[in-house]
Amino acid sequence: MNKLIAWFDERIPLTKTWNIHLAQYPAPKNLNFWYLFGVLATLVLVNQIVTGIWLTMNYVPSAEGAFASVEYIMRDIEGGWILRYMHSTGASAFFVVVYLHMFRGMLYGSYQKPRELLWVFGMLIFLVLMAEAFMGYLLPWGQMSYWGAQVIISLFGAIPYIGDDLTLWIRGDYVISGATLNRFFALHVIALPLVLVILVFLHIIALHEVGSNNPEGIPTKKPKGSVPEEEKPKFKFHERFTKKYDIVDSVPFFPYFIVKDLVGIGIFLFLFCYVIFFAPAMGGLFLEPPNFEPANALKTPEHIAPVWYFTPFYAILRAVPDKLMGVILMFGAIAFLFALPWIDRGKVRSIRYRSTFHKINLTVFAISFIVLGYLGLKPATEVYTFFARVFTFLYFAFFVFLWFYSKNENTKPVPERITK
Amino acid sequence: MKTILKTCLIAATSLWSAAILAAGPTVPLDKANIDLHDKASLQRGAQLFMNYCLGCHSMQYQRYNRTFRDLEIPEDLGMENLQFTGEKVGDLITNAMPAKQSGEWFGVNPPDLTLVSRVRGADWIYTYMRSFYADPARPFGVNNTVFPNVGMPHVLEELQGVPRKTYEQRMIDGEMKDVYVGLKADGSGMLTAEEYDQAILDLTNFLVYTGEPMMLEQRRLGWYVFGFLLVFTILAYLLKREFFRDLK
Repeated sequence: MNKLIAWFDERIPLTKTWNIHLAQYPAPKNLNFWYLFGVLATLVLVNQIVTGIWLTMNYVPSAEGAFASVEYIMRDIEGGWILRYMHSTGASAFFVVVYLHMFRGMLYGSYQKPRELLWVFGMLIFLVLMAEAFMGYLLPWGQMSYWGAQVIISLFGAIPYIGDDLTLWIRGDYVISGATLNRFFALHVIALPLVLVILVFLHIIALHEVGSNNPEGIPTKKPKGSVPEEEKPKFKFHERFTKKYDIVDSVPFFPYFIVKDLVGIGIFLFLFCYVIFFAPAMGGLFLEPPNFEPANALKTPEHIAPVWYFTPFYAILRAVPDKLMGVILMFGAIAFLFALPWIDRGKVRSIRYRSTFHKINLTVFAISFIVLGYLGLKPATEVYTFFARVFTFLYFAFFVFLWFYSKNENTKPVPERITK
Repeated sequence: MKTILKTCLIAATSLWSAAILAAGPTVPLDKANIDLHDKASLQRGAQLFMNYCLGCHSMQYQRYNRTFRDLEIPEDLGMENLQFTGEKVGDLITNAMPAKQSGEWFGVNPPDLTLVSRVRGADWIYTYMRSFYADPARPFGVNNTVFPNVGMPHVLEELQGVPRKTYEQRMIDGEMKDVYVGLKADGSGMLTAEEYDQAILDLTNFLVYTGEPMMLEQRRLGWYVFGFLLVFTILAYLLKREFFRDLK
């Protein structure tokens, strides 16, 4: 066995990679459950890719065959329904864990210097994920697939001058048709997943370059020679990390956090499998009832709502009376998140040591996001639109307030070391 | 802080009442107490479907042999008694009505019913099928309280009889007024009101089955998966505890 590994090591950095990224990678010892969602996102990504491959084997990407082929998978393929429900539940689970993962970053200031690029890669992943989910949702070719796509694509029509041509270019037809389905299939099964995997790779490489943040928001890399020998952890970390810094309060990622993550994965799988086996439609949230009716270009559903993970942004879009302004604001909602590392001018990362005002601000932001998500599912009545406007305002107010107060924020003193 | 809390509370309550208002005026649906384990009920439902529904509605994603197997109907018996369109046992349950003409006859093409329970829900089907009433203004002489001006005739009239809207005289604000109290069949049908409700429940049960024919299998497997996950998570926890002992 050792001989075999040595053979590989001479030809490819096998042991070295294992050590740098796992066995001798220093992870802060106080990482809490909020740090699970990165691992879970990776797990769901693998789930989506693997089940996706098998679904592709029997799915027919044509306007005539798509709907029936999904039912064929559900009924006639041995275990086909498990694959399909794993994939459809995985799509929603992906957004659940990614939203929580992003919120973790906001809680503990993980986007702050030096992790700006890490955050930007993450945001790019989020953006590609949204495109991936949107295109995937067209493929079952149900009523909501069709009309949801119709609504979203028509948004591009709001762009002045090029709008109409742009929507035509995206659809490949004057209406959503088999041509649209074919190209969305191609993008969904190969183009975007490829981009996604590359971005995830870059995200992890960037993370391992700067190191994990932690709930205290303080660095675990100290200047070389500043830490007395007896205070250093007893573990061996790779010289890539110890050459320039003294590492404190850390443990190797493998085995410690791997085994800790396994527990989290187990708990996550309980929830995930509950949905797959006992509530695959999740009360109409994960699989919308109108989508069990084949797409019909002549029959508009009474109420078109995107899937739940898009609804916060959909609510923002509908809150604005002008279509173009609505589109701008909707994309703005994501653009502000991109710019978070530069909007937040504070020096203290973790919410534990930031001002009360910041705590309230972030709480209001989280509530706004959830309420907007709820409102986006509902029809745009007068009362709902009023609330959508209030919470859209609060959503954006978070960033504006943050920019102003973070410069001279009244923060608590930050500890030197992780004590727990 | 108190004012913030108060504002939040008011906002939350008004949001809640807005949610109730937005639900809109719809006919309250009766609860369909179906039981997918009840094979006899499913078989009766299948019989009703094949005899009364399949003439116009197809069930094009479901196969005969799958249905027979899941409902515990012997294949030869099923083919003799439940299969009227000359298809083979492995075929999908389609019908012979030409789509173009059916559109002319009924105003719409009768939708495929394989997945209707997943689109509308069991309660809707159960209530809808019991909500036809005589209405001479409509082309087929019937209307429906759940689906006003529906294109479908009351196919089960020979079972239920002719249902009419019934009114009761009640004293309201010192005046006698006719109050709508519900639908009542005229007794010309082959079934009593209770028998008809049961028949519709069977039919609903069958349609819920066809919407998700794997549901019982799914639930059964789910418990095994939970069992595995329980063992997995406990072992993972013990492993974690063992490793983290070093860190103390």
